[in-house]
Amino acid sequence: MHLAGVSKRYGAVSALESADLRIERGELLAVVGPSGSGKSTLLNIMGTLDRPTAGNLRIDGYGVAELSDRELSALRARTIGFVFQQFHLAAGVPALDIVADGLLYGGRRRADRRRAAERALRRVGLGHRLRHRPHELSGGEQQRVAVARAVLGDPPLLMADEPTGNLDSASGAAVLDLLRDLHGGGTTVVLITHDRDLAAGLPREVRLKDGKIAEEVRR
Amino acid sequence: MSPPPLRPAPMWPADVLRVGGYGLRSRPLRVVLSALGIAIGIAAMIGVVGISASSAQEIERRLSAFGTNLLTVSAGQGVGNDPVHLPDTAIGMIGAIPGVESVSAVGRTEARVYRNDHIPARRTGGIVVYAARTDLPAVIRSRMAAGAWLTAATGTFPAVVLGAAAASELGVVETGVDSLVWLGDRWFTVVGILAANDLISDFDYGAFVGWPAARAGLAFDGHPTTIYTRAADDAVRTVQPLLGATANPEDPGAVDVSRPSDALAAKQETEQTLRGLLLGLGAVALLVGGVGVANAMVISVLERRSEIGLRRSLGATRGQIRTQFLAEALLLSLLGGAGGGLLGTALTAIFASYQGWRTVVPAWAIAGGVGATLVIGGLAGLYPARRAARMAPTEALLAP
Repeated sequence: MHLAGVSKRYGAVSALESADLRIERGELLAVVGPSGSGKSTLLNIMGTLDRPTAGNLRIDGYGVAELSDRELSALRARTIGFVFQQFHLAAGVPALDIVADGLLYGGRRRADRRRAAERALRRVGLGHRLRHRPHELSGGEQQRVAVARAVLGDPPLLMADEPTGNLDSASGAAVLDLLRDLHGGGTTVVLITHDRDLAAGLPREVRLKDGKIAEEVRR
Repeated sequence: MSPPPLRPAPMWPADVLRVGGYGLRSRPLRVVLSALGIAIGIAAMIGVVGISASSAQEIERRLSAFGTNLLTVSAGQGVGNDPVHLPDTAIGMIGAIPGVESVSAVGRTEARVYRNDHIPARRTGGIVVYAARTDLPAVIRSRMAAGAWLTAATGTFPAVVLGAAAASELGVVETGVDSLVWLGDRWFTVVGILAANDLISDFDYGAFVGWPAARAGLAFDGHPTTIYTRAADDAVRTVQPLLGATANPEDPGAVDVSRPSDALAAKQETEQTLRGLLLGLGAVALLVGGVGVANAMVISVLERRSEIGLRRSLGATRGQIRTQFLAEALLLSLLGGAGGGLLGTALTAIFASYQGWRTVVPAWAIAGGVGATLVIGGLAGLYPARRAARMAPTEALLAP
């Protein structure tokens, strides 16, 4: 993924100013900064949920600016998995079906999707929770369900927006371990957080301040 | 090197249905309430059409059973309130009109009939005693519920045939020598009971004695008061205007000519007017139901912004989001339509069986109901679905 001079303005407010960033396949990096520093804007743009006002973004060889909304949807379905701070799990639906919906827009048959979902849930350590509904799961388990959904189709890129923000430290550590495992398996993981300690534990750290990339640290 | 083109995968139809139904499953109460409006509208329309179709078929059945070519000629009111009698010659004259197939007559008498000789004179039960010709049932197509009609022989004796209602009024259940009624101050034997005649309901409350017996024992003057005639089907229109002058050439204006089947046909006509009105009411209910569905869908879209955002992040295109909400609206109104169809059919069946009719729900009414439901669901879902599809993923994900 390559960002060149990417800016985003909301009216007169500049949320992100000429960001340049290159992320190679298989990296694990943190985008860190205080709230209001443009982290979420950067995530939305990198995840193609939003388009930049200026600048270029290339993902996997595709120039995002030239893609239509339909093509971007297909790119998201195929290439990018998302994990959000609020989990976004459908109430009253069993974990297996929630995870299976991760491939709903990928054109695969339902039985196929459910088989993949079962594998993904086992992979995140929830093999015993297939039939449980979100309210029957702990926060950490819910986020692991969300991770399973995000990685169901083995997307090369995983975007995690404050994935541990709503979790206690033990559950958060478990989710983080999971992300590290995925990275170990070859997935590019971009983790967005305001937690400096958490970011400091990752091989690469991009620090944002006031909508600009202030510094980069590689370990 | 340019990468392969990106094309969103189409959704399986089963997935479209499942995703469309997801919103309904998670909010059952709202589904029931908003489908109810559509259900009431469809039920009203199916019920109205079904009941009037059942009634029309019943009238059709009666008309074909009793025929539409029966004409009656009655003595009208004269000066004062004295009933004018028809001349004795009238029966023969009418029978001579070209196109007339058969003629018969009754003469109304002043006699009264009672269960026995102890009943006070004023308790007549509204039963009218007629002198009747032996060919009357053949002309009016009445059937016997029990016993036999008057013959040339029984018509000279104190024998009586009762209408269906008259028989039950007098407590007569069987015919024969043991079955007696007190008629004109003497005992008459009940030889027959008539089945109900839908064209001439007056005869249900009639008691019929032979023409000679009435002249001999009931002070009957022998003049017919009503003549019944069958004309050939294609001659009814030409025979009808001639009847007045033929029956009473001296005073044609004092004669009432009517066609009993007209009353049944008019009933059908009245029902059709009423049906139009009720159908209009049903359509209004359906419209209100459609507004209810649209309202529920708008709220649903607002409440589910984060779901929409999530689906977009999973790769749903705008079209797929639009399809999801449109499918949901269609399923919702289809649910209402199906419920309404069942309800309307049930209402028709209950009403028809209560009336003793056969239940008829025309297939076009069911098809029209389903069609109207789909159109309304589609229209009601269009705006909310477009609104859901236009939502930016980031904005949708921001929602709590």
